[in-house]
Amino acid sequence: MSLEEVLGATCAVRPAGEEDEVDGVPAGVVARPASAQETSELMRACSAHGLAVVVRGHGSKLEWGRPPERVDVVLETGGMAGLVEHARGDLVATAGAGMPLTRLRHLLADAGHELVVDDLAVGRGADAAGSTLGGAVATNLSGPRRLRAGPLRDLVLGVRLVLADGTVARAGGKVVKNVAGYDLGKLMTGSFGTLAVVTEVTVRLHPEPQEVRQVHALVPRERLAPVLAHLVRTQTAPHVLDVHAVPGADAQVSVGLGGSPGSTRRRAARLAAELSSPGLVGSAEAVVAVDPERVTVEEITHVVPSAAEPWSTAEEVARRPTLLRVTTRLSGTAELVQVANDHGLTITGSAGVGVLRATLPEEAQVETVLGAVMAVRAATTRLGGSTVALDAPPAVKASLDAEGTWGPVPGLELMRRVKAQFDPGRTLAPGRFVGGL
Amino acid sequence: MTQTDPRAGVGAVLRDLRERLPEHGLVTDPAQRETYACDGLAAYRVRPALVVLVESADQVAEVVRACSRHDVPFVARGSGTGLSGGALPHADGVLVVTSRLRTLHEVRPEDQRAVVDPGVVNLAVSRAAEPGGYYFAPDPSSQQICSVGGNVAENSGGAHCLKYGFTAGHVLSLEVVTPDGAQVTLGTEAPDAPGYDLLGAFVGSEGTLGVATRATLRLTRLPEDVRTCLAGFGSTDEAGAVTSAIIAAGIVPAAIEIMDALAVEAAEAAVSCGYPEGAGAVLVVELDGPAVEVEQELDRVRRLCAEHGAVEFRTAADAAERAEIWKGRKSAFAAVGRISPDYIVQDGVVPRTSLPEVLREMGRISAERGVRVANVFHAGDGNLHPLVLFDAAQEGATERAEEVSGMILDLCVAHGGSITGEHGVGADKARYMPRMFEPADLDTMQLLRCAFDPAGLANPGKIYPTPRMCGERPRVVHAADEPSVDGAEVF
Ligand SMILES: Cc1cc2nc3c(=O)[nH]c(=O)nc-3n(C[C@H](O)[C@H](O)[C@H](O)COP(=O)(O)OP(=O)(O)OC[C@H]3O[C@@H](n4cnc5c(N)ncnc54)[C@H](O)[C@@H]3O)c2cc1C
Ligand SMILES: Cc1cc2nc3c(=O)[nH]c(=O)nc-3n(C[C@H](O)[C@H](O)[C@H](O)COP(=O)(O)OP(=O)(O)OC[C@H]3O[C@@H](n4cnc5c(N)ncnc54)[C@H](O)[C@@H]3O)c2cc1C
Repeated sequence: MSLEEVLGATCAVRPAGEEDEVDGVPAGVVARPASAQETSELMRACSAHGLAVVVRGHGSKLEWGRPPERVDVVLETGGMAGLVEHARGDLVATAGAGMPLTRLRHLLADAGHELVVDDLAVGRGADAAGSTLGGAVATNLSGPRRLRAGPLRDLVLGVRLVLADGTVARAGGKVVKNVAGYDLGKLMTGSFGTLAVVTEVTVRLHPEPQEVRQVHALVPRERLAPVLAHLVRTQTAPHVLDVHAVPGADAQVSVGLGGSPGSTRRRAARLAAELSSPGLVGSAEAVVAVDPERVTVEEITHVVPSAAEPWSTAEEVARRPTLLRVTTRLSGTAELVQVANDHGLTITGSAGVGVLRATLPEEAQVETVLGAVMAVRAATTRLGGSTVALDAPPAVKASLDAEGTWGPVPGLELMRRVKAQFDPGRTLAPGRFVGGL
Repeated sequence: MTQTDPRAGVGAVLRDLRERLPEHGLVTDPAQRETYACDGLAAYRVRPALVVLVESADQVAEVVRACSRHDVPFVARGSGTGLSGGALPHADGVLVVTSRLRTLHEVRPEDQRAVVDPGVVNLAVSRAAEPGGYYFAPDPSSQQICSVGGNVAENSGGAHCLKYGFTAGHVLSLEVVTPDGAQVTLGTEAPDAPGYDLLGAFVGSEGTLGVATRATLRLTRLPEDVRTCLAGFGSTDEAGAVTSAIIAAGIVPAAIEIMDALAVEAAEAAVSCGYPEGAGAVLVVELDGPAVEVEQELDRVRRLCAEHGAVEFRTAADAAERAEIWKGRKSAFAAVGRISPDYIVQDGVVPRTSLPEVLREMGRISAERGVRVANVFHAGDGNLHPLVLFDAAQEGATERAEEVSGMILDLCVAHGGSITGEHGVGADKARYMPRMFEPADLDTMQLLRCAFDPAGLANPGKIYPTPRMCGERPRVVHAADEPSVDGAEVF
């Protein structure tokens, strides 16, 4: 019996094509379950036949992590993409894992609500629809505005998931406050599809701010540390505090303020004045407060961080730079920026939380990239953080093993035990995650 | 040789520990052990077989390793203020008390971090951070005594978690002793550590995945301005409606609290807080942030309260007046003791929009059963703390109160809520878990437990009504560990 025949009884299945490869690993079939029940039947069949399954949302970052050892089945979540509930008065929404974030945003907007995640993958690759909710959860997608609302992990209130053996389970709930039982939502967040298939997610929403305003500053290198130290302490309550630095140029610092109209204007003016002072940027010309008419709430997530993102335009998204997630203690951001730039990396991210992304162009020599990864990792380790090579061109990936990709992982032994409990047969994306899990 | 007398295991643990720990940390005297028999939920009492007052993370590891060697359960205890029997000891087990682990290792405002021992009291973190302009945001009402380790284990909240979130969002990394005695670090000082979010899973696990021995906490900037206001309403319906209106207006207050007439009466009797006389409900709203923003929000809250028929509206002019407003709310649990000899503190959650309906239904249950229920709640996030009043001296009163208390939880679950918003499941609510979750859900959660604690030694019997079997586990038996079974009392 062919794979298609074996699995066809459980849900819609088609043969995989070249476009279904996962990081260079060819896939057998593509399965598209339409419900948790179908997902359960599919997973049970896959486990029984020892098939490896890779979950795919929109595939915008399917190659993140290590290439899977095998891909017998690509499990598409697109069949579970509905909005289950938008409890308006409660600021809570439940949707299928395949729900595109862009669509969710649209659906929530008429109530003046939003899920505060920044869909950094918008427009990447063939799929202009950006991330799915499940994909965002699986990768713990968190952009600049996590400074305001917390990372996605803190916004996930409940999950429905299907284990490799087909067990369907729920954890968490539909209310903001709930401490009944283990928080499996957090365990799933950032698990890269290696513990379970998430089929449904309940998230906490926030009211959209009435107005959003930005203050940008071009900061000379030697002033970056004091400027960031000032901004981290500012009493103007920024929603975004991002830094963007290209080797050889002044660093760009962007602050986003949200709130009621009169208030954001006064806070922006105050912040601009503070930043212009001699001890900080030292020049009023280098500090600009941007009018709210020029930024919509939607734009703030893209304008600020992606001004120079390598994948922000159509031709750029087709490219595959080396992409590192780098983290640091807050007082170490300026130092980390310097180390990254010294090694040719462009670095962008939240100086307010200490989570940034650093990139090297696709053309960079493998040796150069490996050297940069090591140097940056040494810096982040010293600064209380970590460096993960989320993605890289195939030649670079080939030279990075699991340890080179993920760096030192505190608690790795426990993680092995967790994986062994949730997915003892290594059905889900074998080899993709930390320690080769 | 298999162990027959469970207390023999504790005897073996004690022998091991006498070689490794100072004698003054080992509490064997029955009367002294008895003082640890309960936490904040005094309805359950169990005298632990051995109490160890640990003085370092290494000592915690020694205790846990000895327990693991001899298959003896252990329970961690911080300040013992928990309200769900989470720190209820095991009769044949060891109670690991962290109250001597009280060192604040570092406070670094520039990194917004504090590194503390688990026994450090919640408020002490804020006190230490305040000179630098920061504080530790989770603020359970018990913050003057409860420990950071307890906060971590319960994922504690507080009035201000509406805006700032629960403990889980304020812990960056933990050093823990896992139930096999290994010392492991979860997370890094920066967020988003690589790998599974075991840190996130550990927070709120109620001591069932191990003992936290050090925590790296996030400090929050003290707001530029804080404004607290109080409004009286004819009924909780109106107060609930204002709450929804405030949230719908896009305002996220630092706190929104409601007390009903009975709770107000109790608070008045206990601390004369001067709340509006005869009010059917009192609403407390706190706003914080940049001064210009807070000023505008306060105006809108004032208008919304007036629109919803507030009988009185006050704003605290200074910190002293703010404390005055909070006094009644923060003392509410204890205050109920003034109007009733006994009471149960319940903790349940409903979607905020169901508040009025749930409160009405609760009123109906209360009237039907003849059991008074006072209500104090974190209205912003639908977290109810009904106080079920009774007099244990009256025949059947305790049972009736417990029945009503359970019915309230059913009400919460029926409205899509939770059986606990912040006090935890502990020993008290394990039996209610099946009302909220299917067996498959509970089994799946316990996979995590199996990964951390296959032998089931860490705080057994808590959270889950039925322990999951974890399959084969390697057992190492050392001849020297074999217990010598003697009399009934091991000490
Ligand atoms: C510029 C940029 C910056 C980014 N920064 C960050 C960052 O800082 N931190 C970060 O964590 N992410 C970051 N991302 C990640 C990116 O946002 C995610 O890759 C994206 O959200 C994935 O969505 P998707 O639907 O395309 O998922 P896919 O690409 O289809 O899948 C991504 C991963 O999630 C798994 N997965 C998808 N759906 C499910 C499901 N339902 N259940 C279980 N597993 C599932 C897949 O197996 C795969 O491992 C960044 C992306 C870009 C482009
Ligand atoms: C008057 C009063 C008001 C309260 N108000 C609130 C409130 O507003 N919000 C709220 O959330 N709670 C509240 N509580 C409940 C309680 O104070 C909290 O749950 C608190 O976090 C418990 O801390 P503790 O140190 O007393 O823990 P304990 O009661 O000693 O232990 C609680 C649990 O934590 C575990 N534990 C303790 N230390 C560790 C450790 N180091 N490692 C692993 N596990 C550990 C124990 O095993 C137990 O399961 C209140 C309690 C009282 C009495």
